Amino acid sequence: MNRIITVVYIFLIILVVSVLGFRGSKSRKEPLYLFPDMDRQARYEPQGENPFFEDKMDDRLPPQNTIARGNALDRAGVFSSGFDATELTDVAFNTGRDEAGEFLKELPIEVNHELMELGRERYDIFCAVCHDETGDGNGAVKNFAPPTLSSANLLTQLYIDQSEGEIYNTISYGKNTMMGYADKLSPKERWAVVLYVRALQRAANATADDIPEAKRGELGL
Amino acid sequence: MSNIFPEVANKVPRWILFGLTLKVLAIIAGLYYYFTPSYTRAGYQPVQPVSFDHSLHVKQVGLDCRYCHTFVDRSEHSTVPSSNTCMNCHSVVKADSDKLALVRESYQTGESIEWVKIHDTPDYVYFNHAVHVNRGVSCVHCHGQVDEMEEVYHAKSFTMNFCLDCHRNPEEFIRPVDKVYDLQWEPEDPEWEEQAQAFVHDWKVMPPESCSGCHR
Repeated sequence: MNRIITVVYIFLIILVVSVLGFRGSKSRKEPLYLFPDMDRQARYEPQGENPFFEDKMDDRLPPQNTIARGNALDRAGVFSSGFDATELTDVAFNTGRDEAGEFLKELPIEVNHELMELGRERYDIFCAVCHDETGDGNGAVKNFAPPTLSSANLLTQLYIDQSEGEIYNTISYGKNTMMGYADKLSPKERWAVVLYVRALQRAANATADDIPEAKRGELGL
Repeated sequence: MSNIFPEVANKVPRWILFGLTLKVLAIIAGLYYYFTPSYTRAGYQPVQPVSFDHSLHVKQVGLDCRYCHTFVDRSEHSTVPSSNTCMNCHSVVKADSDKLALVRESYQTGESIEWVKIHDTPDYVYFNHAVHVNRGVSCVHCHGQVDEMEEVYHAKSFTMNFCLDCHRNPEEFIRPVDKVYDLQWEPEDPEWEEQAQAFVHDWKVMPPESCSGCHR
């Protein structure tokens, strides 16, 4: 009797384990919700799906011919006098062109080490894949792209001579096979990348005179 | 008076007690093992509409997580890339591949690709990606070695205990902010433990342990 019970017991355990399997084993099946209370609520999720709208998206664009609160071009009546609204209102800052529509010839933003580091970070994420971390255009994509196409070598005279505004414009809207990065980089980040590209250009064409005298010894100059 | 019950009846209470104990133990063990997200969620590997290979894009191309999941460091939500992100390269690279047909179609029509969400916290949980990655919590802690996955699966349990393990001892999990997106990073510096504690202190890493920290 005892033996039968033990055998049945062990058999049941083996049965359960063989049907349900082990923790963490890969499965195509949707996760079970054993206690589904309020796990899924009727709310808008980022990038969520919504059958109510024609495009089935939770994320909505502002309706046409409307401006979100705080985004009107006349800000004087909205913000206090001390508020720096450059990033919101400055047309040159946002488009890279001056009032006459010409590309800016310098950065419309204060240059400091922080901006340079921001530029380095964003360049390495978004640009280096094609243009390489050095800027010479031999990024990783070169190994996969058709041999007839090549990424721009940003260190050549052509791009050194290009104005800051034009480079900003290319980052925003793309050029030739490059697509725009306006959806990934804010205007400030784009200017930071422009600054970093200038730094790469200068580094590539540097002479010993560009290095502070105190530091030259480290390079054996 | 003759015996109504045979002598073996003396053993019946013991059998019943023994049998019940075994059954209860087995049921508790079963519940413990099977009735948590460690079993129900971990290992979930749905078939995605486009067979995107993370390991190829990270290891061979060297993409940073943020090339596609761009706003993870600026937003609560780690963005799933729109089709134009894919087309940045794939308008040129493998431009005619059958595997990318859906991406091209989505790019042309504007219809979303219906990716299957794998990591999905319950709606009563507030989780902010930006505050985690900007304070030295790497992607790998919650999502596993995505850089080695050809097909992404749910690597961790996402139980509340899983969150609290780190919220109670952040210094054991934290890493330098510039290594957050380097999923292969291991502390090499023998003094890292002290540095991590200093980091937690200096950067004011104070993960909430109160209910309302996450259930707000």
